[in-house]
Amino acid sequence: MIGNAFALAARLFTGAQARWIGCAPEPRQRVFFANHTSNLDFVLLWAALPRTIRQKTRPVAAHDYWTKSRIRIALADKIFRAVLIERKRVTRGNNPLAPMLAALAHGESLIIFPEGGRSLTGELGAFKSGIFHLAKAQPATEFIPVFIDNLNRVLPKGEVLPIPIVCSVSFGAPMLLQPGEEKLAFLQRARDAVIALHAT
Amino acid sequence: MTVDPQTRWLFGGVLALLCLATLIGRVLKKRLTGEASQKVVANLNARINAWWMMCAVFAFALLVGPIGTVVLFALTSFLALREFITLTPSKRGDHRALFWAFFIILPIQYFLVARQSYAWFSIFIPVYAFLFIPVRSAMAGDSERFLERTAKIQWGLMVCVYFVSYTPALLTLKIPGYTGNAKLLFFFATVVQMSDVLQYIWGKSCGKRPIAPHISPNKTVEGFVGGVGSAVLLGTLLWWATPFNPWQAAAMSLAITLMGFFGGLTMSAIKRDRGVKDYGQLLPGHGGMMDRIDSLCFAAPVFFHLVRTFFT
Repeated sequence: MIGNAFALAARLFTGAQARWIGCAPEPRQRVFFANHTSNLDFVLLWAALPRTIRQKTRPVAAHDYWTKSRIRIALADKIFRAVLIERKRVTRGNNPLAPMLAALAHGESLIIFPEGGRSLTGELGAFKSGIFHLAKAQPATEFIPVFIDNLNRVLPKGEVLPIPIVCSVSFGAPMLLQPGEEKLAFLQRARDAVIALHAT
Repeated sequence: MTVDPQTRWLFGGVLALLCLATLIGRVLKKRLTGEASQKVVANLNARINAWWMMCAVFAFALLVGPIGTVVLFALTSFLALREFITLTPSKRGDHRALFWAFFIILPIQYFLVARQSYAWFSIFIPVYAFLFIPVRSAMAGDSERFLERTAKIQWGLMVCVYFVSYTPALLTLKIPGYTGNAKLLFFFATVVQMSDVLQYIWGKSCGKRPIAPHISPNKTVEGFVGGVGSAVLLGTLLWWATPFNPWQAAAMSLAITLMGFFGGLTMSAIKRDRGVKDYGQLLPGHGGMMDRIDSLCFAAPVFFHLVRTFFT
């Protein structure tokens, strides 16, 4: 309920429109990967999904950020049902891949930001290898490139109060890891797919 | 709630016009074949459907009373400013100034209109906001393209907030021997919007010579002359709902339609510069809010000033 209210507020504030360019909003397991420029990115992407799909989709977020205060813990746990992963002190015991694979094994979809952190300039940074390892472990899952436009202007890094700017969320064509595809080739292909959506 | 007979006639007229437009849209959809004309008709029907929605919202706001009207135009300004700023490249250094523009300056302007304080709402943005915006941006410490960035925010506030707010401000005018300023607002909104519609119809049906090919390729001399002429005729025929005699109503309508045309032309120039066709996709068939009210922005302050100078 509160989650739906959040989603509605995000859509009204940004006038965000979901543009399904390369695929349709079908209720199947998917991994959405998008550019990351603002703390609101996953809220907007999540809000752009139809409600039934949204209920089965969990954003992957940084453990250190979302456990800093009680409010954040409650938001991450109850509202967004975030999959929290370690990004600072990665050890064998807290492999970030494990909680993502566990969520996928439950039949849920994921939202990931392969750059690993927010871009200051709005330009798409290099992808970290996590998305490749995820694709390798889940070769049958569709990976959907997503481009979120303008959200960095709504809430730039370092600002607390958002301003209303019209945003859009574009969904591209599903991609799968090709047999024998190398890590760098896959990361490049995934990144290019997000960039290509920017031009449309 | 009591509604006087004149208002009933005005609302009835709009309702009849919408029904007629819907009927024509349906007939055209059946009659016309071919891909190009189908596309035009689909756009036309989307526009007509959006008109139903806009008229319903407008009528509701008018019936609620002055506060309803002020709130409606405040929301309109908000949506228009959002589109304008979205289209205008801003930098991180503008963030705080923009926050002020949306959430402090805009509400204050409409609060002043609601308070009916002409002395304040007529200078608040041109003086106080105009001076505040560059100061706030300068405090943010980024001097790159400073004048350009500041000017864009000031322009957005003037066009989307200040000028638009003159429409509900019509309700604050005290015209001797005339009550029911809602009818005056109705007259203004009808002439300015019907002028757009009629220019579109004349242009689509017999437009040949483009009037400003580099700015707005769809505007033609035929559309302009026919649209302005028929909108002035319509405004003249509505004289009974206004404080004007028929000749005065004609002159006012001419001022409104000419300013409206200039507004459309100017706001199109901004779109061309930014390489887009519409300001947004808020209103199906029409584009964004700014595409719908571009003519109103330019006509409202002039109409207000003329009425205030000559009739109060």
